[in-house]
Amino acid sequence: MATEITSKLKDGASAKDNRAGKIKRNRWGAIKKYWYLISLIVPAVLIASSYAAFSTGYGQWLWTMAIVFWVVVPVVDYIFGEDPYNPSVEEEQELVNEGSYYRSILYAATLMQWAGLISVTFVVTSGDFSWFNILGAILSVGAMHAVGLTMSHELGHKLNDKTQVFFAKLCSAVSGYAHFNIEHNKGHHKDVATPDDPASSRMGESIYRFALRELPGAAKRGWELEAARLKRQGRSLFSLRNELLQISLITIGGYALMTYFFGLAALPFLFVTAAYGWFQLTMANYIEHYGLLREKLENGRFERCLPKHSWNTNFKASNLLTLHLQRHSDHHAHPTRPYQLLRDYPEAPSLPQGYPAMMGLALIPSVWRRVMDHRVVEWAGGDMTKVNLDPKYRDELFSRYHNVESNNRSIAAA
Amino acid sequence: MSNEMNTKTVYVCPDCDYHYDEVVGCEREGYAPGTKWAEIPEDFPCPDCFVREKPDFIEKVLEAEVAA
Repeated sequence: MATEITSKLKDGASAKDNRAGKIKRNRWGAIKKYWYLISLIVPAVLIASSYAAFSTGYGQWLWTMAIVFWVVVPVVDYIFGEDPYNPSVEEEQELVNEGSYYRSILYAATLMQWAGLISVTFVVTSGDFSWFNILGAILSVGAMHAVGLTMSHELGHKLNDKTQVFFAKLCSAVSGYAHFNIEHNKGHHKDVATPDDPASSRMGESIYRFALRELPGAAKRGWELEAARLKRQGRSLFSLRNELLQISLITIGGYALMTYFFGLAALPFLFVTAAYGWFQLTMANYIEHYGLLREKLENGRFERCLPKHSWNTNFKASNLLTLHLQRHSDHHAHPTRPYQLLRDYPEAPSLPQGYPAMMGLALIPSVWRRVMDHRVVEWAGGDMTKVNLDPKYRDELFSRYHNVESNNRSIAAA
Repeated sequence: MSNEMNTKTVYVCPDCDYHYDEVVGCEREGYAPGTKWAEIPEDFPCPDCFVREKPDFIEKVLEAEVAA
């Protein structure tokens, strides 16, 4: 079984040679459908590993999901490489027709996310585990929240489908990130890659500085957008139609029940894991648009978001784990496109590793900047006026990198 | 002849194909049924994809067969 899967993964790699639309229905394209079940496996790993910790007393088991996210996925990405497969027009139609299968995975995975959180919280509060292993549990649940918010992101874009919107709310409620869907759809997608967007990182800005701008900035914008919508409807901010309140109420209900059954110790654990889950989302936002800037047009509007305004990465394993979120240019071009249809744009700016590995790099700002700053400069052709710069480092970055003339000369020479 | 052709104007998002129909409005975003397209603010974003705004929308005339 394992070898069969391996050969099929390799089959996908061979499709690299016949990119440009010549890809026939290859086996990777067909088998990929089942690999999306990874969304169910993530919370299942949490449930199984917390059960193992509970029954054996070995708290080290609580580290399992954190290790899967930070070590196993980057290693598997390294081994199996990129996924050049884009569905053909006929295959796209098939993927649309099978839409209910792809949606059902996410509905089931949403319920599993709650089960995963309940399992770990129960085990952590009932056993006598060291602070080190509880830290592992926090990082593991945070990794699950990161995957959960990716699922909620996918569902929350499908505003014309009530079932998907309902599950998006239920899924965001697992980590208590009530404002995420509204803020992301109406705020981030509108202002992406501009200085106005708290969820687009600037060149020179470290992940930590970004977090201090993004976390409060997104919360504020989410509440403002929802308040404006309710005002147009003639409803109060405290109406039960307030979607942020709806999600918050699900979270409060769920967390209160766990605290009631598992004891007061559950509460700080839930808060810390939720906050860390939000930070995981911050890391994703940080790497998706670092330094990229849409130009301002004469009419005062920003140019439309183009494929060149998102960082992409196309590794197989992390693409499955993030529901193709790494094919970020296509997502921003067509935000309502279902995940199974998202395409790779070979000409879009790309990151050297998958999202989990890049998040790890982002945590060490000096390493991140060594890997990324020159990529941003190359993207802008040496013209630093075209880069989304952190004002604090503006002068420093200008004097170091701004070099339009030499770039023009090299173009002329070529 | 018991049927005649009737037309209806809708406004279509060029990215995601959302249709704004004045008869239906968009209650989710606070625009009641019957809200004319002209009354919709200029910065109105597509309520499905949010990456196109009112000036980007395309006017489309649909032909609907209505019993006379």
